[in-house]
Amino acid sequence: MSEMTGTPIAHAPGFIANETPRIVTARFDHADSHTLERYEATDGYQALRKALQLTPEEVHSEVTAATLLGRGGAGFPAGVKWGFCPPGVWPRYLVVNGDESEPGTYKDRLLMELDPHQLIEGCLIACYAVGLSQCFLYIRGEMAVAQERVATALNDAYDAGYIGKNILGTEFSVDIVLHWGAGAYVVGEETALIESLEGNRGMPRLKPPYFPASIGLYGQPTIVNNVETLANLPWIVQHGAAAFTAIGTESSPGTRMVAVSGHVKRPGVYEIVNGTTTFRDLLYGADMCGGIRDDNQLKAFVPGGGSAPWFTPDQLDLPFEASQVGPQGSMLGSGAIMVMDETTDIPSAALTLTKFYAHESCGKCVPCREGGTWLEQILRRVVEGRGTPRDLELLIEVGETICPGDFPHAAVPSKGIEAVPFPYRMTTICFVGPSAFAPVHSALTLFREEFEAKVAGNEHPTMIEVAVDV
Amino acid sequence: MSDQAPSEVTVTVNGTEIEAQPGEMLIAATDRAGIHIPRFCYHERMSSVGMCRMCLVDVDTGRGPMLQPSCMVPVADGMVVDTESDDTKRAQEGILEFLLVNHPLDCPVCDKGGECPLQDQTIAYGPGESRFVEEKRHFEKPIPISDLVHLDRERCILCDRCTRFADEIAGDPLIQFTERGNSTQVLTFPDEPFSSYFSGNTVQICPVGALTAAPYRFKARPWDLEETESTCTTCSMGCRISVQSSRNELVRYLGVDVESVNHGWLCDKGRFNFEAINSDERLTVPLVRDQENQRQLLGTDWGSALAAAAEAIGQAGPQGVGIIGGSRLTNEDAYAWSKMARSVIGTDNIDAQLDDGLPAELVLGLPPATIADACEADTVLIVGPDLKEELAILHLRLRGAATRGRTKVVQIGPTATGSESYAQHSIRCQAGEAAKTLTELLSSSDPLAQQLRDGSVVTILGRASMAESADPAISVAAVIRAELPHATFLSALRRGNVRGALDMGLAPGFLPGRVRIDNPSQALLQKWTDIPKEQGLGTTEMLQAAAAGKIETLVLLGADPLCDFPDRNLAAEAIQKVKTVVAIDNFVTSSVAQADIVLPATAYGEQNGTTTNIEGRVSRVIQKITPPGSTRDDWMIATELAWRLGGDLGLTSKDEIWREIEQVAPSHTGITLERVTSDETHEGILVQQSSIDLTLPIPQDTPIADGYGLRLISGRKLWDGATATAHSPSLQHLAEPPTLKVHPNDLQRLGIPSGSEVRVISTRATENLTAVADSNIQRGTAVLPFNQPGGGANRFIDATATINDIRIETL
Amino acid sequence: MKFFTDENLLLAEEIIGRYPKPRSAMIPLLHLAQEQEGWVTDEAMAEIAELVGTTSAEVLGTCSFYEMFKRHPVGKYVINICTTMSCALMGAGDLMKHAELRLGVKSGSTTADGMFTLEGAECQAACTEAPCLQVNYRHQYKVTANQFDALVEELGSSDHEVPEHGVLSQVRQHIPEDRFVGVVPPEDVTTAPVWLNDNGSDQ
Ligand SMILES: Cc1cc2nc3c(=O)[nH]c(=O)nc-3n(C[C@H](O)[C@H](O)[C@H](O)COP(=O)(O)O)c2cc1C
Ligand code: SF4
Ligand code: FES
Repeated sequence: MSEMTGTPIAHAPGFIANETPRIVTARFDHADSHTLERYEATDGYQALRKALQLTPEEVHSEVTAATLLGRGGAGFPAGVKWGFCPPGVWPRYLVVNGDESEPGTYKDRLLMELDPHQLIEGCLIACYAVGLSQCFLYIRGEMAVAQERVATALNDAYDAGYIGKNILGTEFSVDIVLHWGAGAYVVGEETALIESLEGNRGMPRLKPPYFPASIGLYGQPTIVNNVETLANLPWIVQHGAAAFTAIGTESSPGTRMVAVSGHVKRPGVYEIVNGTTTFRDLLYGADMCGGIRDDNQLKAFVPGGGSAPWFTPDQLDLPFEASQVGPQGSMLGSGAIMVMDETTDIPSAALTLTKFYAHESCGKCVPCREGGTWLEQILRRVVEGRGTPRDLELLIEVGETICPGDFPHAAVPSKGIEAVPFPYRMTTICFVGPSAFAPVHSALTLFREEFEAKVAGNEHPTMIEVAVDV
Repeated sequence: MSDQAPSEVTVTVNGTEIEAQPGEMLIAATDRAGIHIPRFCYHERMSSVGMCRMCLVDVDTGRGPMLQPSCMVPVADGMVVDTESDDTKRAQEGILEFLLVNHPLDCPVCDKGGECPLQDQTIAYGPGESRFVEEKRHFEKPIPISDLVHLDRERCILCDRCTRFADEIAGDPLIQFTERGNSTQVLTFPDEPFSSYFSGNTVQICPVGALTAAPYRFKARPWDLEETESTCTTCSMGCRISVQSSRNELVRYLGVDVESVNHGWLCDKGRFNFEAINSDERLTVPLVRDQENQRQLLGTDWGSALAAAAEAIGQAGPQGVGIIGGSRLTNEDAYAWSKMARSVIGTDNIDAQLDDGLPAELVLGLPPATIADACEADTVLIVGPDLKEELAILHLRLRGAATRGRTKVVQIGPTATGSESYAQHSIRCQAGEAAKTLTELLSSSDPLAQQLRDGSVVTILGRASMAESADPAISVAAVIRAELPHATFLSALRRGNVRGALDMGLAPGFLPGRVRIDNPSQALLQKWTDIPKEQGLGTTEMLQAAAAGKIETLVLLGADPLCDFPDRNLAAEAIQKVKTVVAIDNFVTSSVAQADIVLPATAYGEQNGTTTNIEGRVSRVIQKITPPGSTRDDWMIATELAWRLGGDLGLTSKDEIWREIEQVAPSHTGITLERVTSDETHEGILVQQSSIDLTLPIPQDTPIADGYGLRLISGRKLWDGATATAHSPSLQHLAEPPTLKVHPNDLQRLGIPSGSEVRVISTRATENLTAVADSNIQRGTAVLPFNQPGGGANRFIDATATINDIRIETL
Repeated sequence: MKFFTDENLLLAEEIIGRYPKPRSAMIPLLHLAQEQEGWVTDEAMAEIAELVGTTSAEVLGTCSFYEMFKRHPVGKYVINICTTMSCALMGAGDLMKHAELRLGVKSGSTTADGMFTLEGAECQAACTEAPCLQVNYRHQYKVTANQFDALVEELGSSDHEVPEHGVLSQVRQHIPEDRFVGVVPPEDVTTAPVWLNDNGSDQ
């Protein structure tokens, strides 16, 4: 066991078990789930042994067959992404995206704190399958406990011969290097992550033309995968792609972790069936969130992380299936559901998110750098009762310079509002700029009357402002 | 580079088909087709970053139009582009409004006002008004980020041009973005200024008035400026520049982008030393030393001064005259002096170099390479001075070729140089022993030897140190000619038009057109009355002859041997001994102060003509302002002197001189005045790649150091004690006083603490200097810059020795 | 003139040795500097520049991009109260007001005794446990006003587990020499890893 130079601090709470098959959270019930002992006692590193009996191509094919959608936000199938590495260009690297910072998102930290060996085994399988010769495990800077748990696990796995030279006596050799971030949300974006890992300011690189799989870390082919994505690999290798696709739907198989926060009775992190579980199951199901707090009415919810356009009760029956959520005007993103009940003051809720993205802009694109802050300033003015009706138009006009054309939003049949499907067009490099506009746009489109009341000076006495003055 | 690689891609822009080169960015293709897309961050000489989003246009690759940054989108066949769509226009308006959100709009007091891309594009593409009512970002008003550049962060639009330039082009990443998002700003590290030799380029490429140059601040408004394109003659690179004046005063130089030479960049010395031309200390009237009264230099009229000079020259007789200098001159002036020396005075004692470069034979005789050849070669072999200090833009070009191209740079020399950061190999040798090191390398099994034998090689050849004679460089040339017959050469000569001066025959034994004195062309014989039969003396020999009383009259043609000749003692002795020193110059330099007759010449920007760069490229220099006082062009001075000596050069204008050069100089045949003056040849015309026959001696071993001393190595610095720097108020304090750098162990052995005064002893002088320990210096050697304010190595050097040693002692 | 202690310098070199390009170690070394001093001094940045082979300006550029690096002294305990949506929905605003009153400083400042720096922070990946905060990047969940007061009390005494500001993971990665594959600059790699050619057989 690795030595600890200080006293360990208890890991995170939040996980709530339900009836869904447990793929990535299987060990969470054990108090010592993070130890090598527990891991080995519960099938740990068996998938690696099995993979090493197969050819790298066979492992890759199995992952492709499993249609493992990336869990970092974009939902791109991992096996297909791996195939984008240009042939014959070496070395290739793996960068693990453990920067989890999207508002509302809470799952990768649990996976790192509670089952670090599962992640490590996933990394090893990916490296073996794609010929990645070094792995960098990038953990968000503000996650001291995850850093401790992963460092301990890496040390133990090195000592046990699972990482490093000639793994388990084979030719397969790879180092996994632990790396911490230092506090910048945008670094979660994969090209910014690579910049950061090269010691630079974490500013996204331009796409097109380059995706990291062809030109990434040090200009080399690089696979960037999310923690949860990689954590699925041991199970897939061990049980086979068929077992994985037997769960969920054909286009969204397996399970996924979601975090539900805000005004529900049992906020928590749930492993749910992909593709079939609906938002209603999740928010109202007895084994899940159990309904809205105080049995209040649901007003709105953010279905996929702070960047996602908002849904209202009208969309509750949509399943966790990208092909259904997109046309209805939003996205599943990082599996973060933020719930607002009837007491919520909508403009101020939107302000907390717009402020987030304005603050987290890297500063590279003019529309994001200047537009994001401007949006925040106008919105703050409106929330604080200093706004004018013109400001409501201005919010949209400024937003349209970041995202020209119709911005996606949900339908509210009772108000005669029809859905505009996802995605949007944008004048920026990455999604931070548009994300500053998304909450403003959703709130203003779906709940315009609340903004009008603000600029008219008519406060809603029952609504609770949520913006925090800092 | 081939002119036009076959383009395979056709793109439709605004309904018109344009040809584009595969892989290039859309904006480059539209630029070539004359379709303007607005932009701030894009710069054709730097990598695209896509920061400003001003260049967004509608691009349709088959999936419907999408706004894409044209600086980041590679062209694709069949791409349909609309640069004027409604979406594009809205995006442009929106971006400009965003940029102005935090911009102070202080155009009336901004240097850039009137020539500001932000201002211009706002008028052309911007929204009518801003809807921003919040408080703007505030920063402390202009802060100096270097001695020459000020930064106003409120005006900055964060386009990454200056920071990218510093990192990517200059290799001096001393300015960076700091903070993040809306608080992002450009800054230097506390107490570490942006002291780059290339800092002025950032001012030129800044698309707003955030970066301003100290020498230009508040000097002029763009609408008062007159400008003309010319060639910089500060060093021998021949960078193309725009010379700008206001009310008959030079106020600014800007780099002009030419593919063959400078890519638009300038070094700060070339960019800012126009201040010297405006200097009050310029010579404006002829001076003659008063024979009775305290021997002062007193102002006089041209007639008397010329008469005195002619008399001194005439009395000395052909063998008693020596003419040193001429690299400050235009080609035409150099030609006039070449003709005047040979056919009027009858002497071949003429040398444009101060024995600080390479023998003319080598420069004219080695197979030549162009700058472009070097930047495309498989290997560039540098055996010579520190290019960053002496040929700064060549250094920049090579750096670019090495960091962004496929060229490998290999340098062999006795000290660390600025090329080390991008060199594939930096091989240290003992002073004067590069040839030996190279021979060993080429006879080894080192893969580098193979690389040199198998691929194309351009050698940049020069003197690695002013404390060694030309012999070591000659030996290097001999080794390369023998072992790498495919290698071509670029001579690392420093002074302005030194190459043109040599081409015009300002070297003993050579006539205009790269021909030896015993082999004049028929055309030349028709124009020149007499040509000396014997090869004359070079600078060292002239000075020796003068010191020995064999030369009576020394003509300094813009030369300052006391500062620039390697051996100050010999120069001083010569100047002291000769009867008359005639100096033709712009300033009272140390040597001019010792002269008897001083003739004031026009300076750069005050005269027309041509100049020839390091690679033999002839380009035009243009008069922009009227010369001060009664200064005259050098060719006129030659003509007048010839008259008074009873000769006639038959030259009445610079154009006419060029026509004669074209006729009599075989290498210049076909380079007609019409071609030279045409706008189409503004990059210049390469003089025929002709060269003379050359027999190189068998390399000699360099004498062994005596064991007691330290081998002296001396190079020039960009900021030195030279005239132009010394007379430019913004630049003069940039030159550091001389310090002697020695390896810490050598200092320790002598019990000398770093930073203390020591006595430096050579065969020539004993003087006190500050010695500093520097572990980059090889043991057994000492490095002292050649010419800094307050002294330099020339006091210690014996020009007749192959190498020089010094001893140091505690006081 | 030297910034890093001998021990940390060794550690710095070990860290640099894990990356194919030294510059990649910049952020880890900035963390190490902050751990040593509690904040990142100019001397530290200058020394890191030397260690990774770049200029101080480049280190400053990177350092100042990231929220966690403090370029001026901060309290022994930096308390970050999350202000993003999930926490805001669950009362982070009130918690922040309470914290400001309790500590007697506005958000963004340090208490006079140098014990606490109070900051508003963005989403801390503990959204289901809102409102939450971090003390030197250790989470506290569902924090009430009373709990906040208790926390401040506890941090004021010596009986708690939170290390001083700058210390993140208390376990360092250690790669045993005999297991370390080692790094090669990417330029020097031209062939596929062996196991791709050789199917990586078990024996
Ligand atoms: C602004 C922004 C922030 C992001 N943050 C994260 C993050 O914190 N964690 C993550 O895994 N992916 C994040 N992503 C997505 C990554 O860019 C990338 O798609 C993902 O790591 C790929 O892994 P996957 O294919 O396994 O999902 C972010 C993307 C954007 C545009
Ligand atoms: S959209 Fe914003 S965060 Fe993303 S690259 Fe552009 S400026 Fe940076
Ligand atoms: S010029 Fe293309 S984004 Fe700036």
